[in-house]
Amino acid sequence: MSDAAVQPREITTSPRPSDRVFRGIVTAGGLTSLVVLALIAIFLYVKSHAVFTTFGWHFITDANWTPDDSVKMSTGHYGIGAMLVGTLITSVMAIIFAVPVAIGLALFLTHYAPHWMRAPLTLLVDLMAAIPSVVYGLWGFFVLMPMAINWSMLINHYLGFIPIFSVPVPIFDRSPFIASLVLAVMIVPIITAIAREVYAQAPRDHIEAAYALGSTKWAAMRAVVLPHGRAGVIGGTMLGLGRALGETVAVYMVLNLVYSVNFHVLQSAGGSVASMIVNKFGEATSFEVQGLMAAGLVLFLLTLLVNFAADLVVRLASKGA
Amino acid sequence: MNDLVAKGIHAWFGKRLVLEDVNLEFAHGTVTALIGPSGCGKSTFIRTLNRMHEFVPEARFAGQVLLGGNDVYAQGEDVTKVRLRIGMVFQKPNPFPSMTIRENVLAGPKLARIKVDDKTTLVEKSLHQAGLWNEVKDRLNEPALALSGGQQQRLCIARSLAVDPKVLLMDEPCSALDPASTLRVEETIDDIKHDVTVVIVTHNMQQAGRVSDYTAFFLAELGEPGRMVEYGETKQIFSNPRDNRTERYVTGQFG
Amino acid sequence: MSVSVLPTQPWRATPRIMATEAAGVLAALLLTLLTLRFTGFSGRLAAAVLFVAFATAISSGIEWRRRGFEAAQDAFVRAMLLTASALVMLPLLSILWTVVQNGRAALRPNFFTQDLTSASGTGPIDQGGAIHAIVGSIELVALATLIAMPLGVLSALYLTEIRGRLSGTIRFLTQAMSGVPSVVAGLFVYSAWVLGPGKGFSGFAGALALAILMLPTVARTAEEVLKLVPEHLREAGLALGGTQWRTVAGIVLPTARSGLITAGILGVARIAGETAPLILTVFGAVAINTSMFNGPVSALPLYVFGELKLGLDTAFARAWTGALVLMFLVLVLFAFARWLGGRNTR
Repeated sequence: MSDAAVQPREITTSPRPSDRVFRGIVTAGGLTSLVVLALIAIFLYVKSHAVFTTFGWHFITDANWTPDDSVKMSTGHYGIGAMLVGTLITSVMAIIFAVPVAIGLALFLTHYAPHWMRAPLTLLVDLMAAIPSVVYGLWGFFVLMPMAINWSMLINHYLGFIPIFSVPVPIFDRSPFIASLVLAVMIVPIITAIAREVYAQAPRDHIEAAYALGSTKWAAMRAVVLPHGRAGVIGGTMLGLGRALGETVAVYMVLNLVYSVNFHVLQSAGGSVASMIVNKFGEATSFEVQGLMAAGLVLFLLTLLVNFAADLVVRLASKGA
Repeated sequence: MNDLVAKGIHAWFGKRLVLEDVNLEFAHGTVTALIGPSGCGKSTFIRTLNRMHEFVPEARFAGQVLLGGNDVYAQGEDVTKVRLRIGMVFQKPNPFPSMTIRENVLAGPKLARIKVDDKTTLVEKSLHQAGLWNEVKDRLNEPALALSGGQQQRLCIARSLAVDPKVLLMDEPCSALDPASTLRVEETIDDIKHDVTVVIVTHNMQQAGRVSDYTAFFLAELGEPGRMVEYGETKQIFSNPRDNRTERYVTGQFG
Repeated sequence: MSVSVLPTQPWRATPRIMATEAAGVLAALLLTLLTLRFTGFSGRLAAAVLFVAFATAISSGIEWRRRGFEAAQDAFVRAMLLTASALVMLPLLSILWTVVQNGRAALRPNFFTQDLTSASGTGPIDQGGAIHAIVGSIELVALATLIAMPLGVLSALYLTEIRGRLSGTIRFLTQAMSGVPSVVAGLFVYSAWVLGPGKGFSGFAGALALAILMLPTVARTAEEVLKLVPEHLREAGLALGGTQWRTVAGIVLPTARSGLITAGILGVARIAGETAPLILTVFGAVAINTSMFNGPVSALPLYVFGELKLGLDTAFARAWTGALVLMFLVLVLFAFARWLGGRNTR
């Protein structure tokens, strides 16, 4: 670096006025997502901050939801503890059901199915993601639930000694278990879509290297394809979790909302923040509406967190590989 | 005794015949080079030898590949066992990215579930054979991708040797390497040929001249499938080819 | 002589192996039937579980005898993957089947010509219909598209044409926005518009909520298709002395046109079936409301949801028919987008 005297010349451009306008408009449009997300947080907070100042952390930890129209917010009680716990229970169970199936399906679609079968099967799975949630709810209520009640009874009969499978009151319909089955069916296509993409991108030359070393198909999958797709599958799982946490109508139809925390997943009592908002909305008093706004804010932040985490995982992993 | 015999090999992709009636024998302890312009079917040919050809969905095949007298395409033949005995090194170095150098060498036994009593000895022996031991002996637990391209390719050779194959197929192993690395790989081939029969596809005629004992020249005339035009001792092919197409190719007049 | 050589696929399963496999499946079926007959097991679930277990065990066993443990493991995994795929296909086919089956009853001309002003939702199925919901859905989706489409395309243009410092952030936030629960979008519009300047429920409020849900889908798909516009086309435009604005408007956007239409259709398919945000913003109605700024509007998903809540057989029949029409529309849109997209990439 002896010729320090030579300085790079600065290149300046002054865009024409039309381009300046163009770039301004596009940039403004590009900021829509930022603006909308900020507005959602601001409006929900402004409309609900009285709830947080009145109840503080109890809003999140207490299970008790007793609206009261009298003059003060504090004469009623608003807590979403049971709904929050219920949301997490059904969503996590849905993930537990959906992930192995989605991974299996994605692997089948990318590396096992006969070639002529892959495109139509993939289209079918993608179609599944486009089915409206109200249709899932309808199907869950009329078709799945009668069957799932029998499965619940079986599980309860044979595994009832495990606390979560015991049922204090023998009512099996509209349980967290059934809601999680419906959610699982809804999120399988989401997870499958992402898993399929990452499995399909597994490097051919590494797969061939594994085969050339005398490995069976499964050994090659385990050595190359599954590790290659791990981060993507985790990211897809988180996206599915975000979807499950926020699902409203389908859960509303197949879950009995009960305002006390219930860990008996086969029992007809569960919680869902999103469904509660729709459920309470119709007849809500003005204080209760503020409570619903607060619940919406909590749900918003929770799903935002999950989505950020999903994005982070995928990014870190794709950098590492 | 010939380790590997290819009899009447034909290969198709869909309805298109790309390789017609190739007959070749590979003697134990020799290196055979397959040369020819691109698209002449030489890569397709070696992929039929260890049954990698069949990964293309519309692939078709006819002929026999005899390994120690047994047809590897015979009914009931376990294709994974075939590939264990006929190893392959690819054009681009492809060590497993998630594994260390040591794990890469041991990948074969692990994938095929072969019991290894003394892993350390196997790693050292395989890396020695591939001429890589001195460069990596202190960093066996580093990721394989930390190596240079040439080292990676020799690691892939070590990985193939670790399952003790009878035959090693090399599909243009140096085409992605710089001249110095190419030289090291060629030295490696020279070292291992007493233990394993080597079949190497190459674009580089100097390389064929340097490393091989026998050379086969493949050619696909316009609109015709690939055929083997001439086969003989490497010296003869380069100094005194019988076919004038071979002569024109080895003297660089086309290809 | 070469003419006589026939192409073969010696790696394919021979008829004998295929026969063995078929026999294995038959044996599994037989074992299942016997188990159901002579033990306490009964029901479809038991039959399915038993069949999968027997079939897996038999096929793994056959491979074990033929080629050893590794091959048996391979066969086991293959059977598990097939089972997983069947586990996904079954609910999908079940949904399509039941919606068509149950939706047929109330699928009559009056469903498409009448509303629910004179006939109540619980009345006989030959009276009243869902025309108000169908019209409402079209209005809502059209207005939402009008809002979300330009903003989504602008977001995508920022990422592909401006490529400014905020690119990473915007991509990240768009992704985050796609995760906003639909009920939260509805609640937001309720608090910001319905309770405020909107003065009550209206179609516009619903369209706003739907636009929030639609925008990320449009932005992401549009970014993908704009990325496919070859760089040299942009450079050619600029090298001819065009401004960036003229290059984008005259070359980039027209090149990506069918892809952008695909983005819009995927966005429409994403929102057409949304229910929760509409409950909070348009409320639902029994007749066509031609004003988008004044008073409640109905929509197909709301119609289904409302009829379902009535809890009577005739109402259920209407709900299923609503679901059938809704699903048909969404799937047709989706398939059309796919077809267009597929044609575009080729």
